[in-house]
Amino acid sequence: MAKQPNKKQEVETTGHEWDGIEEYNNPLPRWWLWVFYATIVWGIWYTIAYPAWPGIKSATAGYLGFSTRGQVAEDIAEFETRLEPINATLVAADLNEIRGNDELEGYAVNAGAAVYRTWCAQCHGSGAAGAVGYPNLQDDAWLWGGTMEEIHYTVSHGIRNEDDLDAHYSEMPAFGRDELLTREEVEQVVNYVMSLSAVNPPVDESLVEAGAEVYEINCVACHGEDAQGDKFQGAPNLADAIWLYGGDYDAIYETVWNSRFGVMPPMGGADLSEAEIRAVTTYVHQLGGGQDPE
Amino acid sequence: MGNYIKLIVYGLIALFALIAANYARDPAYLVNAVVVALAAAGLFVWTLRRTDEPVPNVDLSGEYMDGVVRAGVIATALWGVVGFLVGVTIAFQLAFPALNFEWAQGYLNFGRLRPLHTSAVIFAFGGNALIATSFYVVQRTSAARLWGGNLAWFVFWGFQLMIVLAATGYLLGATQSKEYAEPEWYVDWWLTIVWVAYFAVFVGTIVKRKEPHIYVANWFYLSFIITVAMLHIVNNLSIPVSIFGSKSVQVFAGVQDAMTQWWYGHNAVGFFLTAGFLGMMYYFIPKQAERPVFSYKLSIIHFWALIFIYIWAGPHHLHYTALPDWASTLGMVFSIVLWMPSWGGMINGLMTLSGAWDKLRTDPIIRMMVISVGFYGMSTFEGPMMSIRAVNSLSHYTDWTIGHVHSGALGWNGMITFGALYFLVPRLWNRERLYSLSLVSWHFWLATIGIILYAASMWVTGIMEGLMWREVDANGFLVNSFADTVAAKFPMYVVRGLGGVLYLAGGIIMCYNLWMTVRRSPAVKPVNHMVPAE
Repeated sequence: MAKQPNKKQEVETTGHEWDGIEEYNNPLPRWWLWVFYATIVWGIWYTIAYPAWPGIKSATAGYLGFSTRGQVAEDIAEFETRLEPINATLVAADLNEIRGNDELEGYAVNAGAAVYRTWCAQCHGSGAAGAVGYPNLQDDAWLWGGTMEEIHYTVSHGIRNEDDLDAHYSEMPAFGRDELLTREEVEQVVNYVMSLSAVNPPVDESLVEAGAEVYEINCVACHGEDAQGDKFQGAPNLADAIWLYGGDYDAIYETVWNSRFGVMPPMGGADLSEAEIRAVTTYVHQLGGGQDPE
Repeated sequence: MGNYIKLIVYGLIALFALIAANYARDPAYLVNAVVVALAAAGLFVWTLRRTDEPVPNVDLSGEYMDGVVRAGVIATALWGVVGFLVGVTIAFQLAFPALNFEWAQGYLNFGRLRPLHTSAVIFAFGGNALIATSFYVVQRTSAARLWGGNLAWFVFWGFQLMIVLAATGYLLGATQSKEYAEPEWYVDWWLTIVWVAYFAVFVGTIVKRKEPHIYVANWFYLSFIITVAMLHIVNNLSIPVSIFGSKSVQVFAGVQDAMTQWWYGHNAVGFFLTAGFLGMMYYFIPKQAERPVFSYKLSIIHFWALIFIYIWAGPHHLHYTALPDWASTLGMVFSIVLWMPSWGGMINGLMTLSGAWDKLRTDPIIRMMVISVGFYGMSTFEGPMMSIRAVNSLSHYTDWTIGHVHSGALGWNGMITFGALYFLVPRLWNRERLYSLSLVSWHFWLATIGIILYAASMWVTGIMEGLMWREVDANGFLVNSFADTVAAKFPMYVVRGLGGVLYLAGGIIMCYNLWMTVRRSPAVKPVNHMVPAE
């Protein structure tokens, strides 16, 4: 290809010259021209076959009946039809009997893992190990309970959100900010709380005793005599080594002074189907910390 | 008399800018106002020192105006290195997020540096290259001095001011959030003024040309100047929230805004990075190869086909979005029909070398230009392919797009610009030759290997990412979480960063070589007087 026009080049230029640059009068390369024509012909056909030309109110639909929304609806419908029987079984089953039913559990864990990756991993992490402010789902510490039914309720309605009236709700007072406790009292109770768990020793041992008194008056109602927490109020256990917002002095001080208000959106309703909620409940339950009904 | 008017104008601008700084509602606006005040004050002092001084009466009308081209060459080289450096930085920030230092949050984190990188390479490096080479080429091919006297200098300095305002604005958080059109309203207004002046200088020079015909390079440059003006104005239609603040509100909303943005965005590629740089290619390749252009017919057909078809291809950026299917189909069809018109430029560039292929062995500058045209051909094939809806459903939002852009930007735009700079510096500074051809070879190989590492790693991670996103198990459930795909990309992100380091190293070597050319190469007699061809 390079050879032939080259011979012609030696003879003809257009006769113009700019700053020493001349131009050969070579013809358009044939293959170039034919591919160009071919793309044009293909393009015309394609705009007849697919939605293309706009009119005043709508556009031509194309004789193939293609639409991107139709395409995705078809894909979704195909899987939904295929999964309809097993989803129906899953929804009809007793929540407490899903685990142990091999077929149902196997499906639910797989499906739940996919739901988890799409909807839950953003906060709880792709390995479900949680992050500061977002609970670890692999351990057996449960703020709002760890049975199948309790997890199912939490996933469906969420926590402290304004979208679902049935969401879990509780609110720890901001003891410092709202002047329920003095600064000294807050310091005392923080030291006391640190003495309860084995993670960090209290910063100032001498305040622990006074802190116990502050605890007795202000905290017992929710966190309990023995500081084991109360899953009906989402009050965490303070005596274990698990700290949602951190167990060092500053983090606990911040919690007591300003309080915390962790929110989880409800997954029921528009976002997930009942089958998907049951699937992700099963997935979370089998991660390691799931509890049996009492 | 003229100087007194100038002094008054500069003084008023400085004063108003300081008033604006005083009332500024956000730090970006404040800093930008101070920059404007400093620029005006500097001009005031500079003018004052020249007022009522005797002016030597030299007739320059028979000579080319090369000072502004020299300034443009320096700006191109410097902004290029800055842009590459920021690119390397953000590449490593993606690989190692800890490089988004806590102390630099809100100034030097990825989100702030990313538009700084894109604007620095496209507009500061590419824009200066286009302005400088177009001023050089239009004078030579028209056998005429630039029209408008010092207006060309206004274009140059006005453009630099735009770059500084945009860059400081990005770091302080002023952005329209439109890709490649991030600068806020007052920077847009200023660029409009500068661009009109650029248009006037360019067209004025063509009008007073002494050649009977307009050379093909100038068609491309002119189409670039006109279309960019149109794109810039329409896509930046916005209403400032306050005259003393940087924030503005777009006049378009929703999918109309998205469509306008990608009509702009795609044609920024089409007319800024393609048509403009083809103008460069059409002058520097035949000059360096000392061969005639392969085909006049091809140049005329592919020029008109390119500019007619390119403008419709934007919707391919919005496949599978709220954009109606019909618009997406048309965008795809025009993109594919665009394939051959784009390749017309590649054929004309490469075939111009027929009869001079031996120069590839001896002349590293030609080698640079050839590989540049090669990358142009590759990315103008890849682009239409990626615009096909089915391909796009895999490639969209992945790093494949980033790889595509960079094989075009680093390969085509970067390499042709380096070639042009190596061509220009000895001629503009009246040197016998470049300081070192072996350094050009080093630059060539560093840049080429850098691009290959970059493009290959992005193809791999892009396709991998696309496949991971869509991977479903037998029941139709997604297999991977988004975080899984991010983790899987890590090794390729490191390779990409290393590619960037090589490319940056090549750029630094070029700056050294050009600097030493001016300092050390033997001088020759200047040849910048006009000789029209017959």
